[in-house]
Amino acid sequence: MSYFFYENVMDHYKNPRNKGKPDSYDTEYGDSNPTCGDNVKIYIKIEANRIKKIGFEGNGCALSMASASLMTEMVDGESLDNALKISEKDLMNELGIKELGPNRIKCVALPVKVLKMAIISYISKQNS
Amino acid sequence: MGYIEKNIKDIREDFPILSRPGFIYLDSAATSQKPFVVLEKMDWVYKNLNANVHRGIYKIAEDITEEYERSRKEISGFINASESEIVFTRNTTESINLAAYMLLQKLKRGDRIVTTLLEHHSNFLPWKKIAKIAGLNLELVKVTSEALIDEEDFEKKIENAKVVAFTHVSNVAGTIVDVKRLARKAKERGAFVLIDGAQATPHMKVDVSNLAVDFYVFSGHKMLGPTGIGVLYGKKDLLEELEPPFTGGEMVKEVHKDGQSWNDVPWKFEPGTPNYVGSIGLAEAVRYIKKIGIDQIETYEKKLSEYLLENVGNIKGLRYAGPKNNRAALLAFEIKGVHPHDVAAYLDMKGIAVRSGWHCAQPLQEELGFSNGTTRASLYFYNTFSEIDKLRTALEELVNIV
Repeated sequence: MSYFFYENVMDHYKNPRNKGKPDSYDTEYGDSNPTCGDNVKIYIKIEANRIKKIGFEGNGCALSMASASLMTEMVDGESLDNALKISEKDLMNELGIKELGPNRIKCVALPVKVLKMAIISYISKQNS
Repeated sequence: MGYIEKNIKDIREDFPILSRPGFIYLDSAATSQKPFVVLEKMDWVYKNLNANVHRGIYKIAEDITEEYERSRKEISGFINASESEIVFTRNTTESINLAAYMLLQKLKRGDRIVTTLLEHHSNFLPWKKIAKIAGLNLELVKVTSEALIDEEDFEKKIENAKVVAFTHVSNVAGTIVDVKRLARKAKERGAFVLIDGAQATPHMKVDVSNLAVDFYVFSGHKMLGPTGIGVLYGKKDLLEELEPPFTGGEMVKEVHKDGQSWNDVPWKFEPGTPNYVGSIGLAEAVRYIKKIGIDQIETYEKKLSEYLLENVGNIKGLRYAGPKNNRAALLAFEIKGVHPHDVAAYLDMKGIAVRSGWHCAQPLQEELGFSNGTTRASLYFYNTFSEIDKLRTALEELVNIV
């Protein structure tokens, strides 16, 4: 079945959560999928190694945008360690999607990758 | 009714993949489907005649060489060239790269290369590459909002240009360029002229003897042939004069420690064991197209193109790229509020195969204001009017959902 009929996907696509750049943030990261041009940028405000505020900007298909929106909800308030554990599979479960082909999984993977890179770059800056 | 309309059922049965239940293939500008005759011919060659060409003196080595060179003759006849003017490559992209490296020896720092905004990336990046290598200037001719070549700008830019390269048919906008007239203008200014015929040779009569071009390039897989075989047509005198950019086996007559002599044209541009089974498959595809009739194909596709524009081009909230008439049988479009990949994913659910994204022509789509790319339905002579109806129905459903 197409993801068009998953309520969660269309809900997050049409009413994205945490969309936009926060007024202040401690780390940011953006990337795109070269095959389809989907792009996502994530901004995170961090306090005591927890996500205090998270926002995203992006442009892409319903699946990639819904994944980004849902992911920001899932990690909001979480410790950085917990946020680093999130996977494509978690997002798919939450969206109610059982299976995705190799091309479409990239749409879910992009926000996950961007989140992790934003956190890793924050941690490495703290450590240096 | 023309030949194709009368025989469409039989024609479709010639293509094994078209018998997949509920499958509507609208991505022929990316690659065409293959008829049984092409697949069977290649299978037969591998099973009965396989040996390396131009080498052994045993029976099947001579037979396969003869079959291979016969395929060159068939393909040269299809575009009205001579056999020695047909250089086999992997595809259009490789043909353009090869031509660019061949011309490099004729160019010097500061020389100008002109291409257009209508191009596929493969008629842009190879020129950009050699421009960087040799310190050449690359300029792009503008297009109008309907994706026609801006002729005033074309006239201005081809002045003193050393190379002018442009497409015959746009893979995004469906624009059919008047190559005969524009190539002559460029040739009169003394430029080397290359035409990208990837989207033209499968669909319309091309006669290179009637075009003022030095190179004309196309791919086999878009015209019922196998993947991995393409053609670089080059004017014989020019091919003879130019040095081969790539060397190795097959392309040489004699090799000594202190010198060598290149093979004759076209072989001196074909180093290494060639894709001879691919060439033979492409020749079989050409025979199949000739049996249907390239004029019949052109006439039928003109009707498909008009029907597509009338029935899909006017869907509410849909905007398409390209001119309103005289177009190839393809339509690249965006639907307001729906990402092109979502359109393609929805159509896929309905069994309709289309392409979405940049179609390897990002500068053109950005110029035309399609900031997320487009979804493209592209047809061939095995498609039907009722498939266009189904595309329309599916798109209307989608518009109502989102």
